[in-house]
Amino acid sequence: MQVVFDALSLGSLYALGALGIALIFGVMRLVNFAHGDVIAFCVFALLWPSVDAVAIVFAGNLPWFLLIPFTLAVGAGLSVLSEALVFRRFRRANPATMMIASFALGFVIRYFLLMLFSSRPKSISLLPGLSQPVEILGARIPLLQVITILVTLAVLVGLTAFLRRTRFGLEMRAAAENFTMARMLGVRANRVIMGAFALSGALAGAIALILGSQTGTANIMMGASVMLMAFIATVIGGMGSLAGAVIAGFALGAVATVMQVVLPPDARAFRDAFVYGAVILVLIFRPQGLLAARGTKERV
Amino acid sequence: MNDLRADQVSVAFAGLKALSRVDLAVAPGRIVGLIGPNGAGKTTLVNVLTGFQAATEGAVLMEGQSLAGLKPHEVRRRGIARTFQGGRLFRDLTVIDNLEVTGVGLGQSRAASIAEAEAMLDWIGIAHLAGRIAGALPYTDERRVAIGRALIGRPRFLLLDEPAAGMSAQEAADLSALIRRIAGEMGCGVLLIEHNVGLVLGLCDHIVVLDSGAVIETGPPEVIRASEKVRHAYMGSAADIDLPVLEVEA
Repeated sequence: MQVVFDALSLGSLYALGALGIALIFGVMRLVNFAHGDVIAFCVFALLWPSVDAVAIVFAGNLPWFLLIPFTLAVGAGLSVLSEALVFRRFRRANPATMMIASFALGFVIRYFLLMLFSSRPKSISLLPGLSQPVEILGARIPLLQVITILVTLAVLVGLTAFLRRTRFGLEMRAAAENFTMARMLGVRANRVIMGAFALSGALAGAIALILGSQTGTANIMMGASVMLMAFIATVIGGMGSLAGAVIAGFALGAVATVMQVVLPPDARAFRDAFVYGAVILVLIFRPQGLLAARGTKERV
Repeated sequence: MNDLRADQVSVAFAGLKALSRVDLAVAPGRIVGLIGPNGAGKTTLVNVLTGFQAATEGAVLMEGQSLAGLKPHEVRRRGIARTFQGGRLFRDLTVIDNLEVTGVGLGQSRAASIAEAEAMLDWIGIAHLAGRIAGALPYTDERRVAIGRALIGRPRFLLLDEPAAGMSAQEAADLSALIRRIAGEMGCGVLLIEHNVGLVLGLCDHIVVLDSGAVIETGPPEVIRASEKVRHAYMGSAADIDLPVLEVEA
């Protein structure tokens, strides 16, 4: 049972990250490699700038019902700002140029944090009540893991409802499939793209809260590993497919957790190599990803 | 003056003239055909009329008002809709979503655009397709959905770019009936760009023939059918339409 919760919890993180990347890829064909740095920025936004080893908590002391919206708003705000200041200039650029711009933006955010906080990881205590274990079917599971899984499921259900049942969601789905045509029909392109960035940034904020609570540290590189796995999940899921990104995120979490258990102790240090090996195998057999966006399939 | 009009429109791409002093007018409730061999400039003219391409010279007027400088969605809001070769539906969306997003883009509320989309599908006779994913539709249904999408917002003019391409004779006849209803019942002016000359001759009140970017003939179907210039344009090109098609009675 513990393994199942570990897998679901890790998969949740990857799924949330993959969703954030896939949302922006859908409307802009941009793989936003700054996403990981937005995650780190959200954690550091809870601290006062300081190069001391001990974090000086600022918004991190807020009660949960203020802390959560604050962090999501920071992520959404930074993401929207990055669209307005950087990516809007690259709308007509080819995907490779946009990707390089996203790397550059990521470095700018990372080194901005480095200037204010130094590269030393800082210990923080976010939502400490969540480290309490709860007993589920005889297994003692940290409450944070349960909440991570529930929050992810709620986000997925909420996002699906948003995309299916709201006017904005309809515009976003149309723009994700054929941005030019959507624009020709009068869909407000700027609003749709900004909305996608805001949602993606809010998802980065959610990951920041989960990671900060799980690890108890703030580290300027903390978003990088999630970003890498999330990117791989969007590729495996089929670029442009939100459902594929989520499924692949959970699958990666499951594979990583299971390998941690089944690999011989000497090989566990190389777990990620085995995970990436599995990724290569999947892509050899399904290079278009698990769920290729429907528009890219050949018509029968 | 209540028509859609191209007035001496020319378009040049890097010095190459795609259109040269083209005149064309579509009146409400009328069906005008635009034919010509491949590369004649038909789609370029449609692009100019709908704001996708700026005219190098000349003007596009709707009801006497110039459309110069308007973007495609602004032209659409003025009441000029078009379809595209190949349909270009949102293939991941359902049929009703495809129509609904058009209404939303035109500034309608979501409820109003859903209601209009349902009514439009019903009017065209494809209400049973509402929940289907557009990318999984057969070719002819896809074309009918594309026409339904273009009719959202009740445009005053509809420009159909090769709507019968790949259709069988029966399917083309059904499409003809639909286009007649659009002009007759909706009072919409229709510009029909089509390679199926038989369809155009049987359906249109007036026909404009383009060749190498210039109008070579214009008039009612009987004039076009008898025109030596038109025969020569088709015979002298490598077009996929040969003279016998011209002689088929629609």
